Amino acid sequence: MIRMSTTLEAPAATRGLVEITKVRKTFGPTEVLKGISLTVEPGGVAVIVGPSGSGKSTLLRTINHLEKVDAGFIAIDGELVGYRVKGNKLHELPERDILKQRTEIGMVFQNFNLFPHLTALENVTEAPVVAPRPGKPRRSQAEARARGLELLDRVGLRDRADAYPRQLSGGQQQRVAIARALALDPKILLFDEPTSALDPELVNEVLDVIRELAKSGTTLIIVTHEMGFARDVADTVVFMDQGQIVEQGKPQDIFTNPQEERTRSFFSKVIEPAFNI
Amino acid sequence: MSSAATRTSQSTPEAQSTRDAPSPSDAPALSDAPAAPDTPAAGTPSPTEPVRPAGLRAAVDYADYRLVPARRPWRWVGTVLVALGVAAVAWSLATNPRWEWGVVAQWFTAKSVVNGLVETLKLTAISGVLGFILGFILALMRLSASPLLVSVSWTFSWIFRSTPLLVQMLLWYNLGYLYEKISLGIPFTDIRFFEAQTTTLISQFAAAVLGLTLNQAAYSAEIIRGGILSVDQGQLEAAAALGIPAWRRSTRIVLPQAMRAILPTAFNEIIGLVKGTSIVYVLAYSELFYTVQVIYNRTQQVLPLLLVATLWYVVITSVLSVFQYYIERHYSKGAVRTLPLTPLQKARKFLATHAPVNTAGRK
Repeated sequence: MIRMSTTLEAPAATRGLVEITKVRKTFGPTEVLKGISLTVEPGGVAVIVGPSGSGKSTLLRTINHLEKVDAGFIAIDGELVGYRVKGNKLHELPERDILKQRTEIGMVFQNFNLFPHLTALENVTEAPVVAPRPGKPRRSQAEARARGLELLDRVGLRDRADAYPRQLSGGQQQRVAIARALALDPKILLFDEPTSALDPELVNEVLDVIRELAKSGTTLIIVTHEMGFARDVADTVVFMDQGQIVEQGKPQDIFTNPQEERTRSFFSKVIEPAFNI
Repeated sequence: MSSAATRTSQSTPEAQSTRDAPSPSDAPALSDAPAAPDTPAAGTPSPTEPVRPAGLRAAVDYADYRLVPARRPWRWVGTVLVALGVAAVAWSLATNPRWEWGVVAQWFTAKSVVNGLVETLKLTAISGVLGFILGFILALMRLSASPLLVSVSWTFSWIFRSTPLLVQMLLWYNLGYLYEKISLGIPFTDIRFFEAQTTTLISQFAAAVLGLTLNQAAYSAEIIRGGILSVDQGQLEAAAALGIPAWRRSTRIVLPQAMRAILPTAFNEIIGLVKGTSIVYVLAYSELFYTVQVIYNRTQQVLPLLLVATLWYVVITSVLSVFQYYIERHYSKGAVRTLPLTPLQKARKFLATHAPVNTAGRK
């Protein structure tokens, strides 16, 4: 059902290096990120797991500057997100430049956040026509449409191009949302619990699409509770708890032989032994 | 009264027949179903089947049974009572000579009345459009992050919602008493680009538009703000994450969704405004209501002429309601799985399904 097109640029991942350095974030009295440092290599697939409230989603949202960090910094391919260096000062970028940076970082939300008054195709073609992309011209309506249909085809939904989100199942909506994120040819894709709002039987159609993307050379950072999927798809599994990275490593190591007690106790609760592993 | 009387006599037997439940036509359906398992002839249960209490058995295939809708006698009683009331009102309107329908008809399309009507429509359109534009700006100010913009917007709504429209109107008209001249220039210097006598600048029309617009803006600001707030925060986030510019986010993503919440109340306001324009009679501005007053002061035909004005207001409101229906339908795109049929489509469908067989709808 899902086939990959060959039009993706940079297959051997030369872009999409994410460097997160000592990032801190406080909401009111609670510090949700307590100095996080994490590097994801170009084309890498990092899966972030951990109990709810551990700061996973917040970390993800700081990467495209939906959430401003209080301290620390994030760089993509060496370029700071949300700031410009001038002398020894960091100047916050104006909105226009932040939007430009965001077009290189696609995001898929837990609740899809499709635009309900636009059709599936219109959802996919909206941003490429109006968003300012660095170094690339805006797409014309016709180009965006052709590319949009191609992307919908890639997630197996070309025949639903004219459907409104409410006429689609949850799994289909999330696949449209993935196509929408891909429409800007991002270097990096962020997934914020992409299957948490789905009925169990719809989870796999979405995971299949993400699995295919993992092979495409785009850097993926995925927050999920699907441990079996994490094991399949991840280069690196990152375990977070209480605003800190407790442990990270290759999936086969971290799942079978976690070093930290907190990691072990979390996995023992969320993994059904004989089933997922 | 006679028409109402015939209605009652027609409906009484029907209402009674519903009360003695198993009417001849219902009898087979009602008595067969529960009886079937008990009578040995029907159903023929096989000997291997486990024995269950008769009441739980569902082995009979009901596919060929006719469905009989539940009877609702009180709905009929209600219908008859309301029909009686409507008939009585219509009867008295038609037969009471004091309504003077002849006079109404004579003035309904008189030139002066139509001129007044045009003025009313003009006032409504201008102050409606300006009011909603200003209201939109006030709503955005109220939602902005700047404390100054928020408080200015709040104060505006506070002042204009707490002063009677009548007072505002008189105040604008008498602005010349407070400020003799109005000028546009650089504050705290003597540079003036433009200067005029207030009384020449603020005519009756200007005072009417000013008063209605500012008042309308205060109310529509709140309506628009409510609509914007009703749009899920995730929509803005998704648009921002896609790099869609701020202005486009408002106009393409948020507003079309906010419209669903804004429209019903906005049309309420506009319809209110149509009749609200009648208040400018205090400025002796010859819109519909003032025109009618002038006429009846001369002819003493007070009620018929008020009826003329009322009928015109009814016509305007009806036209607006039709617009409202179609505009709301347009903005419900994507919010409902299938768009509701328009009255025309409904009528066509009704004719199509009811033309060949009269009972098609029951099966």
